[in-house]
Amino acid sequence: MSEPARPLGKDLVGLEDLSADQIRTILDTAEPFKEISERRIKKVPVLRGQTIVNLFMEPSTRTRISFEFAEKRLSADTVNISSTGSSVQKGETLVDTARNLEAMKIDMVVIRHWASGAARFLAERIPSNVVNAGDGSHEHPTQALLDLLTLRDHLGDLAGRRVCVVGDILHSRVARSNIWGLLKLGAEVGVCGPRTLLPRGIESFGVEVFNRIEEAIEWADALNILRLQLERMKGGFVPSLREYNRVYGVSTARLEKAPRDVLILHPGPMNRGVEIDSDVADGPQSVILKQVTNGVAVRMAVLYLLAGGSPERAEAAKRRGMGG
Amino acid sequence: MSDDEPATLEQRVTLMDPEAVTRVLARMSREIVERNEGTADLVLLGIRRRGVELAERIQAVMEAEEGVAIPSGALDITLYRDDLGTVGPRPVIGESTLPLEGIDDRTVVVIDDVLYTGRTARAAMNELMDWGRPSRIFFCVLVDRGGRELPIQPDIVGRVVSALPDQVVEVLVPEEDGRLAVELITRATETP
Repeated sequence: MSEPARPLGKDLVGLEDLSADQIRTILDTAEPFKEISERRIKKVPVLRGQTIVNLFMEPSTRTRISFEFAEKRLSADTVNISSTGSSVQKGETLVDTARNLEAMKIDMVVIRHWASGAARFLAERIPSNVVNAGDGSHEHPTQALLDLLTLRDHLGDLAGRRVCVVGDILHSRVARSNIWGLLKLGAEVGVCGPRTLLPRGIESFGVEVFNRIEEAIEWADALNILRLQLERMKGGFVPSLREYNRVYGVSTARLEKAPRDVLILHPGPMNRGVEIDSDVADGPQSVILKQVTNGVAVRMAVLYLLAGGSPERAEAAKRRGMGG
Repeated sequence: MSDDEPATLEQRVTLMDPEAVTRVLARMSREIVERNEGTADLVLLGIRRRGVELAERIQAVMEAEEGVAIPSGALDITLYRDDLGTVGPRPVIGESTLPLEGIDDRTVVVIDDVLYTGRTARAAMNELMDWGRPSRIFFCVLVDRGGRELPIQPDIVGRVVSALPDQVVEVLVPEEDGRLAVELITRATETP
């Protein structure tokens, strides 16, 4: 963030690094991008001639495809690299992979990595723009941004609104990014889940902690229900899926007791019948598919803002005046 | 674009007052109808932001005089500009809104406030081509200030003004600026 005149700086690593203003700029910029996906020709020429590498070192369908749509709708050229079937399998390090890509003259890297901190590590070592598409349990900023956009669409200004993140907060980069983003926009944030899956001392962030889902539902304007990662079972964090559903599962019966309509978000992919019941996922309060639609718009906005150029040229254009 | 560097001296001269602008817009409205030989298949598209306000005024005149509804819309050309590098700290992208009928096989009148380098017109035409295939495009501006950088010419012009490169011609509309006028701004480059 050394150049204040640039809307975002060189990279998007996490929402922790962004100011409330920068987050709002991304969300505001995403608004007009929604409309582009409704056009017959879903393409604008802003990133024409730019090469973007999607470096996915961890399986991902939705995020990768969402980024790819966003890139293509901005007319960028894209290359996808995944850990299987690439030189990564032959033991190449992340920096070597990136330097080789740089040598082929690229402009941006979208990285998904199993290691927390991988995005920042890369961002500090290559001149291309780096976008974090999820790094370990650190952050998943574009997911949180699309959640914020969807919340804002339905609740308006988020200041003072109550959003509860439900599930495995401890291991979740989605939770981490959401908590940063929501707090910066002035929302009240709650978390709800088994004690074993809540980070110790999370209260000190100014986050409300709920041990019972019923209390969270009574408190919240919106629930962001995280996917229960099935591998957590092996770690002994959760006794059984059935038990988890019985205690923390969001069901219609539970939602009906709420004093207001609670908005339902889920970053996907869902375990129906575990953290969320099917009739809730498909119900009238669910905005889960709107999140997916907003994901493309938010990623277009992020790519557009990162590609935007230097303050000197902006100044020059300003002096030249409008018109043309 | 507001530019309030404190050291800059600024001199404003009014080129057109509200009455002059209103008269010229009425004449432009008639000229469009004349060029199109009627109002059949006409679509008016203003370029954001001030072109939209001007298009609405032209539309009002046209609908009053011809007694028919004229479809209109707005074009935001931000994403079609050739100077992405000049995105400022607060890039504002507006939405493009087109009439439901679309623009295929229609006479599209693109309306803007000031014609200068011609780059906005180029961007607008590129965007229109992505939206469909108009049978023809008229380009209509309130002020042509010269200084073209691309081979582009307007079909219908409100007023021709010769402005120097360091001067700015500003069209002011009540919705954005609180008054209707065209002003020429000269900035002293040296600090006092």
